[in-house]
Amino acid sequence: MELKGRSHKFGNDVNTDYIISGRHKFKTLDMNELAKYVMEDLDPDFYSKITPGDFIVAGSNFGCGSSREQAPQAIKCAGIGAVLAKSFARIFYRNAINIGLPVVECDTDAINSGDELVVDLSKGIIRNLTQRREIAVKPLPEVMITILNDGGLPAHFRKHGTFNL
Amino acid sequence: MGMTITEKILAAHADKGVVRPGELINAGVDLVLGNDITAPVAIKAFEKIGAERVFDRDKIALVPDHFTPNKDIKAAEQVKIMRRFAEAYGIKNFFEIGCMGIEHTLLPDKGLVVAGDLVIGADSHTCTYGALGAFSTGMGSTDMAAAMATGECWIKVPESMKFVCTGRPGKWVSGKDLILYIIGMIGVDGALYRAMEFTGDTFDYMTMADRFTICNMAIEAGGKNGIIPPDQQTVDYMTGRAKHDFILYVSDNDAIYHSIHNIDVSALEPMVAFPHLPENARPVSQAGDVSIDQAVIGSCTNGRIEDLRIAAKVLKGRKVNKKVRLIVIPGTQEIYLQAIREGLAETLVEAGAAFSTPTCGPCLGGHMGILAGGERAIATTNRNFVGRMGHPQSEVYLSNPAVAAASAVAGRIVSPDEI
Repeated sequence: MELKGRSHKFGNDVNTDYIISGRHKFKTLDMNELAKYVMEDLDPDFYSKITPGDFIVAGSNFGCGSSREQAPQAIKCAGIGAVLAKSFARIFYRNAINIGLPVVECDTDAINSGDELVVDLSKGIIRNLTQRREIAVKPLPEVMITILNDGGLPAHFRKHGTFNL
Repeated sequence: MGMTITEKILAAHADKGVVRPGELINAGVDLVLGNDITAPVAIKAFEKIGAERVFDRDKIALVPDHFTPNKDIKAAEQVKIMRRFAEAYGIKNFFEIGCMGIEHTLLPDKGLVVAGDLVIGADSHTCTYGALGAFSTGMGSTDMAAAMATGECWIKVPESMKFVCTGRPGKWVSGKDLILYIIGMIGVDGALYRAMEFTGDTFDYMTMADRFTICNMAIEAGGKNGIIPPDQQTVDYMTGRAKHDFILYVSDNDAIYHSIHNIDVSALEPMVAFPHLPENARPVSQAGDVSIDQAVIGSCTNGRIEDLRIAAKVLKGRKVNKKVRLIVIPGTQEIYLQAIREGLAETLVEAGAAFSTPTCGPCLGGHMGILAGGERAIATTNRNFVGRMGHPQSEVYLSNPAVAAASAVAGRIVSPDEI
């Protein structure tokens, strides 16, 4: 799976309240509506800056805080192709895979905001086209690759009838 | 090579003799939990999965607590989804107004979680039940849906970090101060993906309420679970409550740890976590001059009867500063009633506090005490992220109930000894 887009850079410890504020996340189960408020407290215009397929690029501990799936859902529905970070909070990481949002652990210091990236999930390589360099990716656990390849956990269940990991 | 308490519980639930950190297991769950934010999403996922029945209608708990009593039409619609699901599938552990409580206070009090259990909940503070010597961890709604359908869940066995806590805590020092100190020491990702095991003679002085508070905030250091080896106090707490048999696990002497941290609890002061991360913990004596507009005592972290007793002790015969709004929220209906019986409610209301029915409410900026731009609150809650309690330009400081109550009187962050 090869993804191509531009980088939007954020810092460390981006928590789930930043990703989608508690002010909005309960308003609706319509994720496309929630998506309009993604990262609002960090960048009020963020949603309007996204071109489908773009990447969120962050430091360590991305997605810390609550267990709400609205966080990765809002990111996915906003058109983000994948989140790249030095490390992820575990519940967010798991949720992202379950709903089919690719999450990539890598050294993000070598990526600037606006860089053009190609993320090759199967080869485990990111090509930074702007800086003409390659970045290695920490591979996903097998279980998660299976779930992601099936399109998320609900799709995995529909395909196999139960856990088949 | 021995196993930790966390590894033993996971092994038992995966029908394995031994498990090791890093191993992926398929574990059976004793309880699956969801609330009014996460359960409706899980119910949607449950339908998407194509499941026709729940694995065990007695092992699912649905607790609307975040926006209840329903704050608006949308909140009411969410709870309606839960109510219909509970009716359709015969789930009796559905706790609505009149018998409800904040999920992580309610379920142990009801005896639905006991020592040795494996619990997953679609709420990050599900790690609270480690206080009983259970393995419990937060997950998302899709994992909840899969667990409701199958009674199973895949888990990566975590490495364990051991926190050896020694010494008797000083006056006004509680479980909240110990966990804020630890988060300050290791940072908000200091225990990422790991189990946090708390042990040492300090626990001879720590009540069950303190222990729930400590394990509750393991997630604020990124931990997968927090856990405290069960002792006589744990057994006494469960006796008369437990709805099923409990098993007391303890770590082997030769268990392997990622790291061991020694903490002299006798040297600790009450702690305050400054905005905007729980790791910004400082002793209250070093808080400086921080004026406050609101104080909140409650939440899944500090809404137990012991917390209300401390708050009432500090507020007895005193008045809340006229510039401060104090909101006190008991964790469950039972605690609410107990607070009335003990005269705590009267003391708090006389002091000028708003005394509310149980709800998570203000902790997540939901309702019942939202902050305006530029306002500051001291709260016994668990997160002080930007905008957590309301406006993005508001601030939340985390503390124990004694410091929050004293600060409500002083109008600024102080130790109870200063009023």
